[in-house]
Amino acid sequence: MGSVPNKQGRFGVYGGRYVPETLMPALLELEQEYVRVKTDRGFQSELAYYLKHYVGRPTSLYFAQRLTKRLGGAKIYLKREDLCHTGAHKINNAIGQGLLAQRMKKPRIIAETGAGQHGVATATVAAMFGLQCEIYMGTEDMQRQALNVFRMRLLGSTVTGVDAGSRTLKDAISEAMRDWTTNIRTTHYILGSVLGAHPYPMMIRDFQSIIGRETRRQILAAEGRLPDYLIACVGGGSNAMGLFHAFIRDKNVKMVGVEAGGLGVESGKHAARFAGGKPGVLQGTMTYLLQGDDGQVNLTHSVSAGLDYAAIGPEHSYLRDQGRAEYTSVTDDEAMAAFNLLAREEGIMPALESAHAIAHTVKVAPTMKKSQLLVVNLSGRGDKDVQQIAKMRGITL
Amino acid sequence: MTSKLDRTFAQLRQRGEKALIAYVMAGDPSLQDTEQLVVELGQAGADIIELGVPFSDPIADGPVIQQAAERALRSGTSLRTILPMVTRLRARTQIPLVLMVYYNNIHAFGPERFCHEAAQAGIDGLIIPDMPPDEASPLKGPAAAAGLQLVFLLAPTSTAERRTFVARQSQGFIYYVSLTGITGAKLLSVADVSKNVEKIRKVTHVPVAVGFGVATPEDAANVAAIADGVIVGSAIVKQIAAHRAKPEMVKHVAEFVRSLKNAMRAAQPKTR
Repeated sequence: MGSVPNKQGRFGVYGGRYVPETLMPALLELEQEYVRVKTDRGFQSELAYYLKHYVGRPTSLYFAQRLTKRLGGAKIYLKREDLCHTGAHKINNAIGQGLLAQRMKKPRIIAETGAGQHGVATATVAAMFGLQCEIYMGTEDMQRQALNVFRMRLLGSTVTGVDAGSRTLKDAISEAMRDWTTNIRTTHYILGSVLGAHPYPMMIRDFQSIIGRETRRQILAAEGRLPDYLIACVGGGSNAMGLFHAFIRDKNVKMVGVEAGGLGVESGKHAARFAGGKPGVLQGTMTYLLQGDDGQVNLTHSVSAGLDYAAIGPEHSYLRDQGRAEYTSVTDDEAMAAFNLLAREEGIMPALESAHAIAHTVKVAPTMKKSQLLVVNLSGRGDKDVQQIAKMRGITL
Repeated sequence: MTSKLDRTFAQLRQRGEKALIAYVMAGDPSLQDTEQLVVELGQAGADIIELGVPFSDPIADGPVIQQAAERALRSGTSLRTILPMVTRLRARTQIPLVLMVYYNNIHAFGPERFCHEAAQAGIDGLIIPDMPPDEASPLKGPAAAAGLQLVFLLAPTSTAERRTFVARQSQGFIYYVSLTGITGAKLLSVADVSKNVEKIRKVTHVPVAVGFGVATPEDAANVAAIADGVIVGSAIVKQIAAHRAKPEMVKHVAEFVRSLKNAMRAAQPKTR
């Protein structure tokens, strides 16, 4: 496997730049600028500074002793992205793109958000860098994640509800793209996952790849060898790409992405793109997509707003075709059970997104040898989900 | 053989007229309505019809056309029902028909089969708002083989380099997006549009049609004075939406289109 993407932004047949002409010059400019800063010492040291002192990196790689014992198989390590400032890995990318926006002299940034984690990260970065900020969010997600909506507003951002289609992440992205098309001269669009048109999937992967680079160093220090198994949840797939990227060439490290199985793949109410989708083009990129026979994009369902999206990042489609990574799904119920398990066994409440990765760990760890090493990306913390969980249990707070 | 689009622009030029390109969303409110609209808008003065294919996630469109797409999808519209309607239309009118279709609809249909069947039904060209020429190679062969013209877009943000690159590949006409924004936004400055149209003319002889933000007969007249074609979309779709429950809907919309064309004709003494 050579290095991807190519100059056209292709990961094999996936990726590309399927956008209105109005956006093309901005994407080309962004690519140029990104390629420049990638090797620019000044930019990289500034980024490293903020990641260390503002985000709190490196995040720890924590040996989950009680969970390991309980599951009785592989030795389980948690990559603690939940300990990042703002509570999820999203800020790694938001800081990188925020610095880039400053370099490009764009005074205004916009973003979409599903679970609200990327929105909060972007609002935070906007406040810290003194940029004007508007966040688009589906009205359905605004209800599910009311706390994060309030957090973004407290940080000084405008949160604009999107009342079209399924009123979730997909519609928020479309609306952000429309805003960007309209205000392109003053505005940088901080996309939150490894989605959209080139260079976004590549750039966001690179900004998130610090997760895997740290993990590699940390596991070598702790165990003297690489892990056998990596597990991460996959909505767009930025936390998974961030973890996987540093291990792509290590053929003995198995990589598994966990999609949202919702009410079960057979129910049709899910966001398992590989189980139920086929390649297509949505919001700038060619990738696996949940769609009908005539190419209309399907509605998705997941208990987790951050995984509730009809397409998957194009590099994941490529890794799957190459047989380098595997993808599976767990249901809403399995994710909820995993949330409870991690809270009770380890005193860590995972985000409902990350609970999907834990749920798959519950399935595979017991089948592995005690000498094997398994790393789970705990991409975010569950504080934002507490209200929703209470509501699901019929509890008024 | 020259294409129907090329002939239309040539004939209009001879008459000292500019093309009125009228957009309707196929299946809004129903395909029977669309069929009747195409025939009568042609009689009312539209020179080319741009036929929208509804898509669930239309990133280039504003609320008016998004809602039209939602109505069309609810009425069960897809390429599978649109193409037979085009076949029926071809027994009634020879007006050039250009499909405005997002790429995923074509991808799901199969690009080769789609080009063949669309041309067979009587489609003359394609506008694919989310497919810049950079991504068009898989479609170029099948489109050329079927005799479909690929119309590409230019925008106010387009650099000189992109202007040349896009203009060289656009067939039939160039769709100049008058503003940085989505369909249905408000037209800002005819002077800016004029400047950009002139820049495009320097690199191509293909006619330039201007769309996005042309809403009134006055807008249409102003744009007709500086471009080869005037594209009116959201303003027509709004009329359809407002009158969609009434039996005289088609008459209302045809009347509006007539007023657009009349204003364009009245503005025409200026020759290029």
